[in-house]
Amino acid sequence: MFQVTNLTKDFASRAVDAVNLAFEPGEVHAILGANGAGKSTLCRMIAGFQKPTSGTMQLGGTPYSPSSSREAQRRGVQMVQQELNLIPTLSVAENLFLDRLPHRFGILNRRELHRSASQLLCDFGLTSLASTTLVGELGIGQQQMLEIVTNSQGNPKVLILDEPTAALSVAESELLFEKIAAWKKQGTAILYISHRLTEVEMLADKISILRDGQLQGTWLRGELTQDAMIQQMSPRSAINGKAQDPSTFDSSGKIESTAREFQSAPPILRVEGFDAPPKVRQVSFSLHAGEILGIAGLVGAGRTELLRLLFGADRARQGQLQGPDGTLRSPFRSPIEAVAAGFVMISEDRKSDGLLLDQSIALNIQLPQLHRPFWKQWNWYHPKTAQRIAETYRTSLAIRCDSTEQSVATLSGGNQQKVVLAKWLERGGEVFLLDEPTRGIDYAAREMVYTVIHQLASMGKGVLVVSSDLEELVSLCDRIGVLSNGYWTGEFKGPNFDQSAIVAAMFAGYDAAKNDYPKHNF
Amino acid sequence: MKKNRLKSLLMQYGGLLAAILALILLFGLLTKNFFSVTTLLTVANTIPDITIVSVGMTLILVAGGIDLSVGSVLALSGTTLGVWMLKYKQPLVIASIGATLTGACCGAINGWVSASWKIPAFIVTLGMLEIARGAAAWMTDSTTQYIGSAIGWLSEPLPNLGLTPAILFALLIVILGQWLLHRTILGRTAVAIGTNAESVRMAGVSTTGPLVLLYAICGGLCGIASVIQASKLALINPNAAVGMELSAIAACVIGGTSLRGGHGSVISTFFGVLIISILETGLAQMGMSEPIKRIITGGVIILAVLLDAIRKPARDR
Repeated sequence: MFQVTNLTKDFASRAVDAVNLAFEPGEVHAILGANGAGKSTLCRMIAGFQKPTSGTMQLGGTPYSPSSSREAQRRGVQMVQQELNLIPTLSVAENLFLDRLPHRFGILNRRELHRSASQLLCDFGLTSLASTTLVGELGIGQQQMLEIVTNSQGNPKVLILDEPTAALSVAESELLFEKIAAWKKQGTAILYISHRLTEVEMLADKISILRDGQLQGTWLRGELTQDAMIQQMSPRSAINGKAQDPSTFDSSGKIESTAREFQSAPPILRVEGFDAPPKVRQVSFSLHAGEILGIAGLVGAGRTELLRLLFGADRARQGQLQGPDGTLRSPFRSPIEAVAAGFVMISEDRKSDGLLLDQSIALNIQLPQLHRPFWKQWNWYHPKTAQRIAETYRTSLAIRCDSTEQSVATLSGGNQQKVVLAKWLERGGEVFLLDEPTRGIDYAAREMVYTVIHQLASMGKGVLVVSSDLEELVSLCDRIGVLSNGYWTGEFKGPNFDQSAIVAAMFAGYDAAKNDYPKHNF
Repeated sequence: MKKNRLKSLLMQYGGLLAAILALILLFGLLTKNFFSVTTLLTVANTIPDITIVSVGMTLILVAGGIDLSVGSVLALSGTTLGVWMLKYKQPLVIASIGATLTGACCGAINGWVSASWKIPAFIVTLGMLEIARGAAAWMTDSTTQYIGSAIGWLSEPLPNLGLTPAILFALLIVILGQWLLHRTILGRTAVAIGTNAESVRMAGVSTTGPLVLLYAICGGLCGIASVIQASKLALINPNAAVGMELSAIAACVIGGTSLRGGHGSVISTFFGVLIISILETGLAQMGMSEPIKRIITGGVIILAVLLDAIRKPARDR
């Protein structure tokens, strides 16, 4: 009924590679994949948010190439996105009918609005939700349910659900599953994305698995065990056993094939019971001097949140940590305390909280040095010294620019990231927290980041690297810890990582949260 | 190297200087008396108070804040000066220090409240605008008072030079302000906070301390300006400097300071003050009425920002 043929999408690299899929009415078709597998891009193309680079789609026998999400909706293709797009200051009813509020001569017809809203909520079994409540006052689960109701109105022919149960309670999930059963009866084709493999096993009539933008295959219900799903999602090198041969991964300068031993030395960072639900739950681990510890996990698993808690950028509800000075203490209350204690953090989004975009390279590198007590605010700032320091980093990190007085906004992503690195190398520290340090940067800059990380480790610093690229972590790290749905679900020692075991741990925390699913007949 | 420096200076201030020269030329052609040393000296001697306040405002705007209370704080500092001189019989120097400290305290409160509790400076300083004005009226029973001739020399032109000590003092503050902004840790921190406060926080740099200091400096400068304003007529007036916050912001904006923070120069602000002052004096000599003068001045403010917007990419606005 709905078909995609050779669908391809290129960004900087190929995100979706010649995917062929067929969706039948009344069928739940799950799409699985790890980070960067291309499932979001695929769904966004189907829902009209993005245009494919090549390939065709067919809906009910006629060609289908939506130029916008609005056109996709007209054709009966709807998508419930993972992010909430509701307006918190409007009521439930107003959010539901935002694009077609009932009115008489331009004046809102409140009675009609709330009548139809209540009707709609009732159809969904959401009887406890008053249509007059402001959306901002709802819990996150109720908001997610409302998002689903909003985006599945009418009788969609194709409905895409992107991790719909991520924020739902067990009872709310059950309501959704009932509704899915109803949609199936109506003949809606449902594309279902979820990290919860148990849920997928229970719901899906068909399972398609993507890896690196390529379709690995489509299986019928019951044909795949959970272990087999993970095998299919894991990087290929793990499957054919290449990971067992460390010589494959010496491209970034890490040639030694024997595991380096750190456990004998006291840790440079020990984290105990860090807790900030729902994103981070009771995480404990330690990091040794000279060690590179990777943190793997699916997007949204709480990795960024964990680093921000460690750095004092957000406040942890519970937990203790032992820094380089060796005393056990409560979490930092601000980045000022963290930096003073020898912590350094390179954040995921350098433009929003890493750089002063409109300012010079030299000032950006000096930024951490500006912290002074009240009475030293009058100290001179030496532009010449700042420039000289910037020049040394320009050479050592190969920052490509015309002058160190140039604003960093004019630099490429890779060179911007080098400025961020220079800033923290100049400030110095003992524990380096790096969040996606190679995201959105070119090959040469990436190699430079790896070199710096290795240098830091050889200088006896502790390095914590978060990355969504498992291959990168495997080649870079001495040890890899896995965060899954906020839980610390595994630790793996290199250099011979079992990548499919890591992928399995990446999915492990999602089902753990709700292992008592209501049983349904699908 | 030297040539480069000259070129960059010209790039930075050339436009403003050209605008000032064009205005002088224009009024010189349009009126009989404008093109004289006396007129220019008159212009120079009327601006010391607004110049000093605008220096403070520039520092605040660069850090991404705003201070609406400068006019009121100036009036409160002035009444403090009057009370100390008349009631407590203190010499001018001591009373001036008192006035400056009063302004600095008001500013510190502005900075502390807005930085510590993340309340928009617009709201906090709007509150301070009312508080300081009310306090000034309360201290003087809403009356204007004569404070004697001891203070008058500040606004008397020096023999041979023609300039008053007040404008020389204001120029000194402009230079100090420029140094503070470009050559001290506090100044660079102000620029950093105005560019991206979250990046500053994530770099482990305190934003509260520097902001409190900057607002205190702005308040202190209002105190200094109050002494100079009092010296003009030897009067203390609790209704002094009403609306001065807007003139100061206008001067900063004409000088190219961004209201979004991160960009600005004290010297450019001084040129901004000059442009407004020359415009007003010239229009007055042409016989324009007060309403017409205001309409034209308003138009020039918008024109200045428009020109700036066209010259720079959208991101810098």
